[in-house]
Amino acid sequence: MRKDENQPLIFEVSKEGRIGYSLPVLDVPEVDLEDVLPADLIRAEDPDLPEVAELDIMRHYTALSNRNHGVDSGFYPLGSCTMKYNPKINESVARFPGFADIHPLQDESTVQGAMELMYDLQEHLKEITGMDEVTLQPAAGAHGEWTGLMMIRAFHEANGDFGRTKVIVPDSAHGTNPASATVAGFDTVTVKSDENGLVDLEDLKRVVGPDTAALMLTNPNTLGLFEENILEMAAIIHEVGGKLYYDGANLNAVMNKARPGDMGFDVVHLNLHKTFTGPHGGGGPGSGPVGVKKSLLPYLPKPVLIKTEDGYTFDDDRPDSIGRVKPYYGNFGINVRAYTYIRSMGPDGLKAVSEYAVLNANYMMRRLAPYFDLPYDRHCKHEFVLSGRRQKKLGVRTLDMAKRLLDFGYHPPTIYFPLNVEEGMMIEPTETESKETLDAFCDAMIQIAEEAENSPETVQEAPHTTVISRLDEAQAARKPVLRYQKEKAE
Amino acid sequence: MEHRYLPMTAQDKEAMLKTIGVDSIEELFSDIPEKVRFKGEYNLKPAKSESALLKELSRLAAKNADHRNYASFLGAGVYDHYKPVIVDHVISRSEFYTAYTPYQPEISQGELQAIFEFQTMIAELTGMEIANSSMYDGGTALAEAGMLAAGHTKRKKILVSQAVHPESREVVRSYALGQSIEVEEVPLKDGVTDAGALKELLDGDVAAVMIQYPNFFGQVENLKALEPVIHDSGALFVVSANPLALGALEAPGNFGADITVGDAQPFGIPEAFGGPHCGYFAVSKKLMRKVPGRLVGETVDEEGRRGFVLTLQAREQHIRRDKATSNICSNQALNALAASVAMTALGKKGVREMAVQNIAKTRYMKQQLEGAGLSVEFGGAHFNELTVKLGKSVKALNVRLLEQGIIGGYDLGRTYDGLQGHVLVAVTEQRTKEEIDLFVQELAAFVQEKEAAHA
Repeated sequence: MRKDENQPLIFEVSKEGRIGYSLPVLDVPEVDLEDVLPADLIRAEDPDLPEVAELDIMRHYTALSNRNHGVDSGFYPLGSCTMKYNPKINESVARFPGFADIHPLQDESTVQGAMELMYDLQEHLKEITGMDEVTLQPAAGAHGEWTGLMMIRAFHEANGDFGRTKVIVPDSAHGTNPASATVAGFDTVTVKSDENGLVDLEDLKRVVGPDTAALMLTNPNTLGLFEENILEMAAIIHEVGGKLYYDGANLNAVMNKARPGDMGFDVVHLNLHKTFTGPHGGGGPGSGPVGVKKSLLPYLPKPVLIKTEDGYTFDDDRPDSIGRVKPYYGNFGINVRAYTYIRSMGPDGLKAVSEYAVLNANYMMRRLAPYFDLPYDRHCKHEFVLSGRRQKKLGVRTLDMAKRLLDFGYHPPTIYFPLNVEEGMMIEPTETESKETLDAFCDAMIQIAEEAENSPETVQEAPHTTVISRLDEAQAARKPVLRYQKEKAE
Repeated sequence: MEHRYLPMTAQDKEAMLKTIGVDSIEELFSDIPEKVRFKGEYNLKPAKSESALLKELSRLAAKNADHRNYASFLGAGVYDHYKPVIVDHVISRSEFYTAYTPYQPEISQGELQAIFEFQTMIAELTGMEIANSSMYDGGTALAEAGMLAAGHTKRKKILVSQAVHPESREVVRSYALGQSIEVEEVPLKDGVTDAGALKELLDGDVAAVMIQYPNFFGQVENLKALEPVIHDSGALFVVSANPLALGALEAPGNFGADITVGDAQPFGIPEAFGGPHCGYFAVSKKLMRKVPGRLVGETVDEEGRRGFVLTLQAREQHIRRDKATSNICSNQALNALAASVAMTALGKKGVREMAVQNIAKTRYMKQQLEGAGLSVEFGGAHFNELTVKLGKSVKALNVRLLEQGIIGGYDLGRTYDGLQGHVLVAVTEQRTKEEIDLFVQELAAFVQEKEAAHA
């Protein structure tokens, strides 16, 4: 599998005189740039882009794709990322010319089909989350978090309440939570987890106060555990005048079982690229709709899509809105995929999704529990966190075990997260995997646990079969090379 | 229930429950308090079979006037361009589109290398030293540039030209609000940023000046003349550039831009009703450690082979949490791949040729409009957009054009007080001479018709 020579960059296969395009034939008079642009503004030197014929472009990217692992390549139990199957019908529908080839500023009368889809998606998401209104504008989860927090800020300020400067996040929270709070102008306060892996109610009572703007919570939390004291927590926050924010990263666990709107949450963001199968795309694009309860309605980002007797329209007349968070109306193409998925599943299907997601996670947890430390031994939801403490004592770190999994053709779990678990491995199988796949992965994990005891070097030196071995990340950071340059200045 | 996305059989389920030691799946949800349990069923549309859903959604799509059936003269930040067919074939390879962020470099070299190539291409086009792996879109990239500038200069005011896309300006304002940054607009003069007014507005509090290139009206701003004025005040020079235009226009980096952002949508990315597109973010080297989002860097493996990794992650939210320079996590990786493939297909020669075609077609349109006695506003150089004075309702014009199979331009009266009855028209390489002639003919006829006809 390994080759000694480097995989060439597209720039290294470029040759002057080759082209890979077929532009329309110019059917109007040519122009001399000197005649139409001031001399200073004409590009003096062409950008050094590749010159490659079409077949060689295709071979280049095919070779790159062969060096990449996706859900379609193999099991991808990356905790908190919900790497489920990306249905192919979604891809077909998103490419319909009526969805792909329309402009966001066309007259509304010419895009009623697109607006109808968006509206109906909003309606479906309202029902699934139990919220009163949904905006599709945010482009991703973190963008949704910030949007939600800006609405909370607007709400407090509209009440003349400028002293609410703090957003509380659990110590197990995803890094975007505190980062979004900062970008929205808040300070972050951390609340501790208790011995059961849940938010410590006593600590929460200690940190709340008149300066509390909101508590951000993922439920089930990043340990895969349901925050069973959620109503008590909601009461604590609401009592001091704060708002409760739901990070929808883990919604896949609770569809048709519990809705954020019924748990006391005031704002919710969803990651349509997780629960609702918009593909992850190698890191994006995502989509991060936000749902709100009535008290926050006036602050929704504008424009707001509404339905009138004459059809669908974008309402810009929202004086209290936090403003626009993104040009146009969100990542429509991803929203089309999510809508297609929801309509493929129906209400019964979505319920089954959460049931199987939870069944699969608990099954794997029980199969693996004898071989690894399980810091929180109780029913998990859609994911669970193991600790590699036992193996660490043998000189084998969680990182090593993750790398060893690559040799079996698996993407490893999320590792060293959440931060409150030592040598953590966060495993999320999703509902779209078969029992055979889960078993084969568990067998591999068990073999690795045995190797850690009997032949630790096999694990420590992994991976053995990938196209490349472990990379020198320190060098990458110390001497950053962030682009190709023909003559390297070294 | 049986579903093609759910492989568990009844037998599997039973065996698994036994291993877990529970009698039913329901038991696994026993930790959800009764009070918050959702009782009943979601009130959602029932599931549809694959064929039935395809039929329903293709009918819904057909309700929209798409650009395969209509000739679009609408631009204003999103354009109907030539998309090399190969682009969709590459991004349809599911090793790319079903992968997550490349956190495991040994099995993500394909994605990492593709992003490294994207960073290189954007750096080349913009003339900047460093480009990141993508942002949501041009508008949010511009807003992030504002936050970076405020953090870097420790100043709390941003000046944004009124010739910057109106929706991007709104996004800049929304982000600025969160950071308590003041935003002031620089007025226009003959369709470009008023350099005199800019000078007046600049003071020691200004963190950044934002200029769009070419600007919202398609006019080419004179970056060379603006740069010294901006830098003299100690502010950062932020340019929002259409990367296609940079095939013909001098790169912002060569005019001393500190940050260049924009949207790579013109390179192989569908308009898709406004998204997903692909923001890019490029900086001079001094700002490297403050760039938002992911960066891919080159390194070597244990045997000395070249490889790529996510790097300088200390800037990012998952490490820095509340001290991060930005909260961005998901970006637009797949669209950055699409843009890379399009930039590769077009290549050095094609990007220039396509940019020049846009200029040629726009110039032809301008001549035809003027020949028909219509008034094209603003005297400066154009890229692929023109402002035409109608003195009548743009909406009414667009209704008429639609009947001729044409999507008309952008009604500038929507966002510019002084420009009621003005339409912004885009002419890309996709528009044929025949379409342009028809457009001009219809526009001229519309303007000449008695006002009463549309009153």
